[in-house]
Amino acid sequence: MFHYTIRRLIFTIPTLLFISFVIFFILDTAPNDPTGNLPLTIPPEVRVKIRASLGLDQPMFIRYLLWCQQFFINEPLNMIEQWFDITIGDGTRLRVTSWSTRSPVVDLVVERLPQTLWVVGMSYVVGILIAIPIGVISAYKQYSWFDQLGTFFSMLGFSVPTFFTGLLMIVIFSVHLRWFPSIYDTTHKVTDWSSFVFQVKQMIMPVMVLAFFNAAQLSRFMRASMLDNLQQDYVRTARAKGLKERVVVLTHVLRNSLIPVVTVIALGVPQVFGGAIITEQIFKVNGLGQLLIIGIQGADIPLVQTLTFIFAVLIVLFNLIADIIYGLLDPRIRYD
Amino acid sequence: MTDTTIIEGKGRTLWGDVWDQYKTHKGALIGTAVFAFILFAVFIGPYIYTADPQYLSIRDKNQGPSLAYPLGTDQLGRDMLAQVLHGGRVSLAVGIIAMAISLLVGTAVGLLAGYFKKLDGPLMRMTDLFLALPLLPLLLVIIMLFRDTLRGMFGPETGIFILIVSIIGATSWMHTARIVRGDVLAQKEREFVMAAKSIGTPDRRIILRHILPNVLSPIMVSATLGVANAIITESALSFLGLGFPSDFPTWGRLLFDGANYMTLTPARVVWPGLAISLTVLSVNFIGDGLRDALDPRIRGR
Amino acid sequence: MKIPNLILAAAGASLLATTAFGAAHEARGRDGNVNIIYWQAASIMNPYLSGGTKDVDASSMVIEPLAHYDENGNMVTTLVDEIPTVANGGVSADLTSITWKLSEGLLWSDGTPVTANDVVFTANYCMDPSGGCQQLAKFSDVTNVEALDDRTVKITFGSAKPFPYGPFVGSTTPVLQAAQFAGCSGAAAPTCTAANFKPIGTGPFVVSEFRANDTITLTANPNYRDATKPAFATLTFKGGGDAASAARAVLETGEFDYAWNLQIAPEILAQMEAKGMGTVLSGFGPLVERLMINLTDPSASLGDTRSTVANPHPFMTDIAVRQALSMAIDRPLLVEVGYGKAGKVTCNVLPSPAIYDSPNNAGCEIQDIAGANAMLDAAGWAMGSDGVRAKDGVRLSILYQTSTNAVRQDFQALIKQWWGEIGIETELKNIDAAVFFGGDQSSPDTFQKIFADLEMYANNFDGTDPEAYMGSWKCSEIPSPENAWLGSNMPRHCNADYDALVAEMAGTADISKRAELAIAMNDILMQNYIIIPLVHRGNVSASANTLAGVKLNAWDSELWNIADWSRK
Repeated sequence: MFHYTIRRLIFTIPTLLFISFVIFFILDTAPNDPTGNLPLTIPPEVRVKIRASLGLDQPMFIRYLLWCQQFFINEPLNMIEQWFDITIGDGTRLRVTSWSTRSPVVDLVVERLPQTLWVVGMSYVVGILIAIPIGVISAYKQYSWFDQLGTFFSMLGFSVPTFFTGLLMIVIFSVHLRWFPSIYDTTHKVTDWSSFVFQVKQMIMPVMVLAFFNAAQLSRFMRASMLDNLQQDYVRTARAKGLKERVVVLTHVLRNSLIPVVTVIALGVPQVFGGAIITEQIFKVNGLGQLLIIGIQGADIPLVQTLTFIFAVLIVLFNLIADIIYGLLDPRIRYD
Repeated sequence: MTDTTIIEGKGRTLWGDVWDQYKTHKGALIGTAVFAFILFAVFIGPYIYTADPQYLSIRDKNQGPSLAYPLGTDQLGRDMLAQVLHGGRVSLAVGIIAMAISLLVGTAVGLLAGYFKKLDGPLMRMTDLFLALPLLPLLLVIIMLFRDTLRGMFGPETGIFILIVSIIGATSWMHTARIVRGDVLAQKEREFVMAAKSIGTPDRRIILRHILPNVLSPIMVSATLGVANAIITESALSFLGLGFPSDFPTWGRLLFDGANYMTLTPARVVWPGLAISLTVLSVNFIGDGLRDALDPRIRGR
Repeated sequence: MKIPNLILAAAGASLLATTAFGAAHEARGRDGNVNIIYWQAASIMNPYLSGGTKDVDASSMVIEPLAHYDENGNMVTTLVDEIPTVANGGVSADLTSITWKLSEGLLWSDGTPVTANDVVFTANYCMDPSGGCQQLAKFSDVTNVEALDDRTVKITFGSAKPFPYGPFVGSTTPVLQAAQFAGCSGAAAPTCTAANFKPIGTGPFVVSEFRANDTITLTANPNYRDATKPAFATLTFKGGGDAASAARAVLETGEFDYAWNLQIAPEILAQMEAKGMGTVLSGFGPLVERLMINLTDPSASLGDTRSTVANPHPFMTDIAVRQALSMAIDRPLLVEVGYGKAGKVTCNVLPSPAIYDSPNNAGCEIQDIAGANAMLDAAGWAMGSDGVRAKDGVRLSILYQTSTNAVRQDFQALIKQWWGEIGIETELKNIDAAVFFGGDQSSPDTFQKIFADLEMYANNFDGTDPEAYMGSWKCSEIPSPENAWLGSNMPRHCNADYDALVAEMAGTADISKRAELAIAMNDILMQNYIIIPLVHRGNVSASANTLAGVKLNAWDSELWNIADWSRK
């Protein structure tokens, strides 16, 4: 397993480089333009100059190499400088700079990370915590009223998109009941009890909307996988050996059923960092998802390239983690 | 459905068995009935309820349900019932075809990667690549490259339809692939696969006869979720101006357009939302029933 | 009383302010905090690097130009005491230079004095060829900017400028502090992140925290020139979400005090307003939603000469068709469906300022389907069995494109139906705005290429002078592959009389004569149905009922008079 992991990690580097090039190529080919959202009062000749000042008159390959240099060399150096408070070279390196804000993309990401982790991450944790018990109980008591209800709600959760559930919650809880704010305050800092209560209040709606959606999907996979395993021979054997039902279900069946669930969770974790575009938009959370969508709408290539690439790194990494967990859950799985 | 290929040629008795088992699954029967009703409503319904979904009767805008307009009207005075019926055709077609494409690709990639060690690396790295691609810019590129060509070849509506189902199919298979692969990795180490291998069963047979039936459950779940996903994604596409022309109703689009009118004319969001949910729910129960019916261990009981 | 579940800090600040300044009604910062929501978040505080309305508006609270436009489109002084004119000697008699004199005693927010040098620096900052300044057009023909003394700036133009109020009038061209931006000219402009996020200005507020594309926190400028203003001690400028949710935050939940650009269905807005927490405001500038007819053939089969003057359009060149298209449209209904209070029927592409509004095209507000049918009959377009008119094998079938936007798609649906009633078949197409307005050379979907029979969008001009705007439709502005599709004459309209009028206006200083010329140009476009105006659009925003002093301004930043805002 160790050798496998090392081999996979080494192979990751060319993979990611290739992915970064493909992403750059797509972003560059896409027909949206950084001047597209400017008022029409800015005449075409000025737009040409704006594009030139952004470096868009350079060939694509040169711009890609420039990004590589900025991202793989300048940004890490800069980070080392900040961490250890030292200066390497003359300290004036060009960092990856967003076209719309003219500020380093990495700083923007760092600024956005807290609210994304709080809201999207929390919703994921809540989703998992709801989904696994629901999936297990639903499968164990297949076709009971609990199972039917669980099925109904998970289908509802998956087929009704978040733009709708989010809006519905705002209309009910913000407009009519006035319980929760409809606009998330990203500058809010938790310092005491009352500010903590406020933080919980403003998180509750986006977290619930997303958790509902995530749990719906996850609980279905959990249930299906549990059902498969409950019918396996080893379950009968274990019961025949006189093991307690609790032990059979929670240790043997659950463990063997987790493979698809681990896959789905591993696929979902990078998405936490990618933010939740629609939910962030509805509740004005302005996390990474909102940053990405603004970047895409404004054809902000350095921003979108960097965000998407970080996202790609996480995807590759978490898929590797999932593969390792498979081996732990089921020792028969060997990659060597 | 992908599974029919496995059983084909096994004779009528097996199909009979499957059907017998399917019949005993109450949820599956209800699901089938609801799904048949929805199909009937959207494909035959417009011939019975003949109102034109695109006709604007602007003086009757934003009406609640009435005799003239059973589900009310939208902000331009279009008949909601007619729109839901017509919209269903496209949504169902997009949902099912796109789901089928994504399932087919995803299952194939997952099976191959899980079973053949040599293919695992390349196929999974390709999956990583597809997962990492930024969807929106990719869509803009695809639209730029192919919209006019397809529009010229098949006309505005069929051309866009082909484009949409391929886009949704091509960008949503990765989850299925990863899930199937994970399961195959575990399945292929099981005793019965070892046994089949040891007696020299060809790989193709092992995959189709022994492994595929055992990874059917997650595939069925993916299928259900895939239908919902495709219907919703279609509406997101048309919002980006990448989907059908704007006066062409689909369920996702009706729901999206109606969301802001939620407090003014609630019927506008209730019906398309309900239609999507019912479809997904019925597909889910059909999937449940099918899985049980196709599983020999259950069928015997 | 405001809603309790407001940002806590804000509530605290407001409490503090009321107790501390309880009696002092005229003190700066007496009204605590004000919350403003712009659903498009501001990404930078420097309008020279981002000309987006959101960025210009946000920065207008901090940095100011020499003069502003007020809510009626009149110029008002900001950092000067008097607007230079030919009459007061500020503008030279040959119209080639303008001299501004700064008010006495102006201070930057850091306490240093504002000098003419700052103005000169700002002009050079924008005119630096490698800076990519987005307001460069405002400085067109400027040859020299010099400081005559500490408070006097002279701007010289290369040719006679009948309207010399381009640079430093209006929030798009504010004065930057030379000391702060010294190292930021040209190619270095984007690297000055700190300066671009927290510019030192003369405006009523100072940035205390800037979170790009999210929230800006501002505090009152201690050195603002009027000691009693602004009334608010702090200001939160939140971005993100969509127009409907911004409206909801002001009109329904009361979390915010002011929301910008509420382009949503009028009936929804009216329903929200009925809650009684806030008021919907509208103000009209020169923005007109219009149809641009393509006079050239957009057929894909033409390859490189598609939509160029080489191939005249098969039927749009017939004025009867163009006129019938216009006659079939019910403009009052479009206003009612799409814009409500924020729209007016217009029969001119130049409806505003009032002196330029042509009186010669009245009557378009009445829909005339029968008349349009009769006109097409008379022109020989016979109705076919499929309900579509044709002549000599040419069918009246139209591809109608616009950007993606809920109101525009409603307009498309309505207009398609009306055109169906006069035997014209319409196919609708909507394109993502960033692509449509983006001007990417490789994309077939840009509004300059107009690979469609007609397209719909809105356009206007900065400030109050329409000269450059009306110049858009001269022959040399036609986009084509030769000029890389740069140009703003989308209809590909070419008319020698029109070009002559454009040239004449460039040399005319007298305002009433200029108005006559602009009206004549407008009438050529209207009476030939080259452009079909639909709706004169206003800005629409919402303000909480507790807010006083808001004057919606369509000619300048909406926050132009934020210093005068206060709590009722």
